[in-house]
Amino acid sequence: MSHSTRVLKSEWTKVRSVRSTVWTLATALLVSVGLGALICGVTASTFDDMSSSEQVTFDATYTSFAGMGIGQLAMIAFGVLIVSAEYSTGMIRNSLAAVPQRGTFLWSKVLIAGALVLVVGMVTSFCAFFLGQALLGSHGVGIGDEGVLRAVVGGGIYMALIAMFAVGITFVLRSPLLAFAILMPFFFLISNILGNVEATKKVGQYLPDQAGTTVMAVVPDTLNRPYGPWEGLLIMVAWTAAALLAGFFVLKKRDA
Amino acid sequence: MIELRDLTKRYGDKLAVDGLSFTVRPGTVTGFLGPNGAGKSTTMRMVLGLDEPTRGDVRIEGKRYAELREPLHSIGALLEAKGVHGGRRAHDHLLCLAQSNGIPERRVGEALEMVGLQDVARKRPKGFSLGMGQRLGIAAALLGDPRILMFDEPVNGLDPEGIHWIRTLMQQLAREGRTVFVSSHLMSEMAQTAEHLVVIGQGKLLADTSMSQFIAENSRTHVRVRTPEPERMRDLLTEAGLRPVPGAEGALEVDDGDAPRIGELAAAHGVVLHELSTQRASLEEAFMRLTAQSVEYHAAAPGGTHAPPVPQEGTAPHPGGPQSPPGAAQPPPAWGEDWQDRKGRRG
Ligand SMILES: Nc1ncnc2c1ncn2[C@@H]1O[C@H](COP(=O)(O)OP(=O)(O)OP(=O)(O)O)[C@@H](O)[C@H]1O
Ligand SMILES: [Mg+2]
Repeated sequence: MSHSTRVLKSEWTKVRSVRSTVWTLATALLVSVGLGALICGVTASTFDDMSSSEQVTFDATYTSFAGMGIGQLAMIAFGVLIVSAEYSTGMIRNSLAAVPQRGTFLWSKVLIAGALVLVVGMVTSFCAFFLGQALLGSHGVGIGDEGVLRAVVGGGIYMALIAMFAVGITFVLRSPLLAFAILMPFFFLISNILGNVEATKKVGQYLPDQAGTTVMAVVPDTLNRPYGPWEGLLIMVAWTAAALLAGFFVLKKRDA
Repeated sequence: MIELRDLTKRYGDKLAVDGLSFTVRPGTVTGFLGPNGAGKSTTMRMVLGLDEPTRGDVRIEGKRYAELREPLHSIGALLEAKGVHGGRRAHDHLLCLAQSNGIPERRVGEALEMVGLQDVARKRPKGFSLGMGQRLGIAAALLGDPRILMFDEPVNGLDPEGIHWIRTLMQQLAREGRTVFVSSHLMSEMAQTAEHLVVIGQGKLLADTSMSQFIAENSRTHVRVRTPEPERMRDLLTEAGLRPVPGAEGALEVDDGDAPRIGELAAAHGVVLHELSTQRASLEEAFMRLTAQSVEYHAAAPGGTHAPPVPQEGTAPHPGGPQSPPGAAQPPPAWGEDWQDRKGRRG
């Protein structure tokens, strides 16, 4: 077994052996699916009250992902906790004493956490979609309709990326308090404002979550962005890569 | 073997470790002593490659730490901050460390057994007592059956039984031919455990010597003489070329004096003696004298009166506990306090 495989195994043991993993990821799934279902149910019952132009541009796929705006916060919590717990408990010193190759340590953690959130993200996205469409009934769409599968798969990737963005940022900040205090309000509120208010939209729409969500929209007018769905996701990938690289350089340079 | 060469660490404008060079050898327990803030923990973090030295370097069996592919086989450490996730079961904590270094899972159980934690292997350490936490940290250090062990203040906060256990463990590890490097700020504790001694103060090396040599060189002995005729006795001593100084309770203290000779002198001149005794300064005093100039935080000198001795963990004689040596019976006062006070009294 190679050295990196061993470190991967060790990181997997770390992730699966703390309770926060289960409750953050379960919350992400349940909140995203539950809230999405609620909104789909309400929408279905009030569909006839909508104006005809609203009905024409109605995005059934995107509506079923409405819970992810809140559910992603639990994904962020997962990302923050798996990194900050190393620092707040002092475990990082044991970890780096055991694996002094800091790159191997960080990228193993990223790979394990990334694989896990991708699986959970996909399950979340597919569940939210199918449950939402069932509740929307005749207003819903099928997975085979144009652009829908891309949106659902994209939704799963989105959830994984937001968690990994948090991982990168927390490797930079180290403190759980600081990471939560910055990431939570930012993704709950600030970026939504920056990405949608006219004055700041030009720049704000390139923020990671604002760009990433475009992949989940099927009707182009839903978000009205100057880039396409995959480009949007790619912008988010770039943000996440940048955050992880920043985390890597901080880990490499600073004393543990 | 751990080799430090000109090891230096600067935090901002503070030199935490200042040009340390020494070698920690196998087969003995090496005590690493220094008052609070001397730089012991910083040095140990640099040994593990956790903190980057500002200058100089450390070699573990001739290699830089980062060159060790699976370091837990070479060196195991217990650091000051225990570094255990309170929510991760003891077994899993050790397992993830073991896996990263290709240590078989069976070693996890063995290590837990070695430290007596086998019954709580499936428990989460947030419910552990201080002593149990310490044992878990030591189990982590022992995981890879390493040739070198390094413990940062392992007895801190332990009860006498725990202290005795750690002391015995360290001596046993050294007897097996391993390198054991252990820090403390209690000389009395080290005197019972370590054969070799490295003392630092404000980041600088103050002593690197065998324990017995340190004791021989650093403990001041004097002869205490009490007599109803102190003035006459002092004159007699001075005439004999000795330097008596007034001590407590009207006694005379003669540095490096020879008790039989002083007794004979008194007898020859018919001076009555109430007391004639050789006093050996405690190791703690010797240590304080050595580090006095480098102590960072002096306690405010008390107004001539000594605070009543407060029994401290690790030094208080304990019924049924391990036997404390004479040097340890008297708990040391706050850093430098006693020494400063004595210096003042002697003038
Ligand atoms: N990360 C850090 N940043 C800034 N200063 C530090 C840092 N770590 C240690 N120091 C300073 O370096 C000096 C040495 O600290 P260190 O913890 O190594 O001492 P120590 O000998 O272990 O003391 P103690 O007996 O109290 O554990 C102290 O003055 C401390 O304040
Ligand atoms: Mg320390």
